Amino acid sequence: MWYFISPDIVFGEDAISHLDEICGKRALIVTDINMVTMGYSEEVRKHLAKAGLEYRLFHEIESEPSLATVKKGAQVARSYRPDWIVGLGGGSVLDAAKAIWVLYERPDIQPEEINPFDNLRLRQKARLITIPTTSGTGSDSNWGLVLTDKTAKRKLGLGSREVHADIAIVDPKFASQMPPQLTADTGMDALTHAIEGYTSGWKNDFSDGLCLKAIQLVFNFLPRAYHNGDDSEAREKMHNAASIAGLGFGNSMASIAHSAGHSLGALFHISHGRAVGLFLPYTIEFAADVSANHYAEITHLLEVNTEGNNPAVSLVEAIRNLAQEINQAMKIKDLGISQDRFEKLLPKLVSYADMDTQTVTAARVPTTDEYERLFRYAYDGKSVDF
Amino acid sequence: MSIKFPSDEWIKALMQELNQSQAYRDAARNWEGDFYFIVEPEGSLIEQTILYMDLWHGECRSACVVADEKEKAPEFRIRAPLSKWRRVIEKNLDPIQGLVTRQLKLQGNLMKIMKAPKAALELVNCCTLVPTEFPE
Repeated sequence: MWYFISPDIVFGEDAISHLDEICGKRALIVTDINMVTMGYSEEVRKHLAKAGLEYRLFHEIESEPSLATVKKGAQVARSYRPDWIVGLGGGSVLDAAKAIWVLYERPDIQPEEINPFDNLRLRQKARLITIPTTSGTGSDSNWGLVLTDKTAKRKLGLGSREVHADIAIVDPKFASQMPPQLTADTGMDALTHAIEGYTSGWKNDFSDGLCLKAIQLVFNFLPRAYHNGDDSEAREKMHNAASIAGLGFGNSMASIAHSAGHSLGALFHISHGRAVGLFLPYTIEFAADVSANHYAEITHLLEVNTEGNNPAVSLVEAIRNLAQEINQAMKIKDLGISQDRFEKLLPKLVSYADMDTQTVTAARVPTTDEYERLFRYAYDGKSVDF
Repeated sequence: MSIKFPSDEWIKALMQELNQSQAYRDAARNWEGDFYFIVEPEGSLIEQTILYMDLWHGECRSACVVADEKEKAPEFRIRAPLSKWRRVIEKNLDPIQGLVTRQLKLQGNLMKIMKAPKAALELVNCCTLVPTEFPE
């Protein structure tokens, strides 16, 4: 028994105009200062006005949103009493919007208590719209969220089948201004979602096709979007790829590139996409034997010549070529992290990854010792041989 | 020789497997908390059976069948019919997936459980090492 959860997805050019048709009285737009500066929040406001909705802006979401920020946002929601929460931004903003929505609906719980085991009974006060402005997070179309406990310097991977958007608006216009580095980081995030979603221990018939399609789109269009931000076709395809991958892995879970990436990101402040993308080749090598058939299916789809190799080896080579083309770091050392700092925090890196919820959904679950070796190999850029 | 599930002998055999498992010891090194695993009657199992385990820093300190749910006050109670437990023990149902889909019903501090998913996985891995005979 399992579930396939999806919002209504409105996608393509001018998808934002769907806002003109929604019914309601008040919307709380949850966003960050960049979206205000770029005029995106104003654009959303105009469409809400066409639908006859009043609005209020909460634009205080930071990168890696904290528990304190989402509690503050929930207070704003409680005083304004919206019937729509509109998340406008990248993964951090959309995750924060989800948390603010839950805390608005359920003032009796703490953000850390958002969990998949309880019935949260949401949608009594408001519904959720997500509008992604980066092409990678997939938060617009899945039911997970990541918040940061700034005190413990730890990321909290949370989720509930109820915490998904009612409507996801995937309009490429909002991703068209992403600079190359952000395009690359978020694109690698989408690729990691798709590959891990296709190979996790919880993979299933409903998510498989979505993950494969997203992998194909990323390989075909990420280099184009990176090299030429004005390539509107590449921008649109990458925006779709990110949401498709989000829907795919959101229903089959991710794996240990995410566990390791969450840990590295929390301790060294590395962007999520860059961190998980860095670990992807190492974790594929680690699962090379147990997931060989699935990696073979991916290389077949991508028309990668495996020449009698283990397909994981060929897939890793294709990913490293892609990462190189878009100037992504391929080892931890290349992120500017000194050996001393790395060694000092290695026990925490391992411990956090070990406790991450995405670890247990891996096709091959590392032992604590194996995690330590994985981190060391990723630091030096060594191919995993254990 | 197979051991009947659910029984005092079975839960003690699981305790032995846990205490021999380095993987469990590593995964549960920070865990503090005891459990009732409540097997609800189904088929030829006509009475509820309550299995108790006291898990502490990668070690199982005690394990037994208890006759009355009031006998102890464990931090966690997981309840499911016999057929669901069988699927977990035979690794046909991931325990976390079972909890998420509410096929296994959990009472206790959920946040604490979510911070130790690997310990749950290793506990189930140890279950598979106990030669088990299920009631029909």
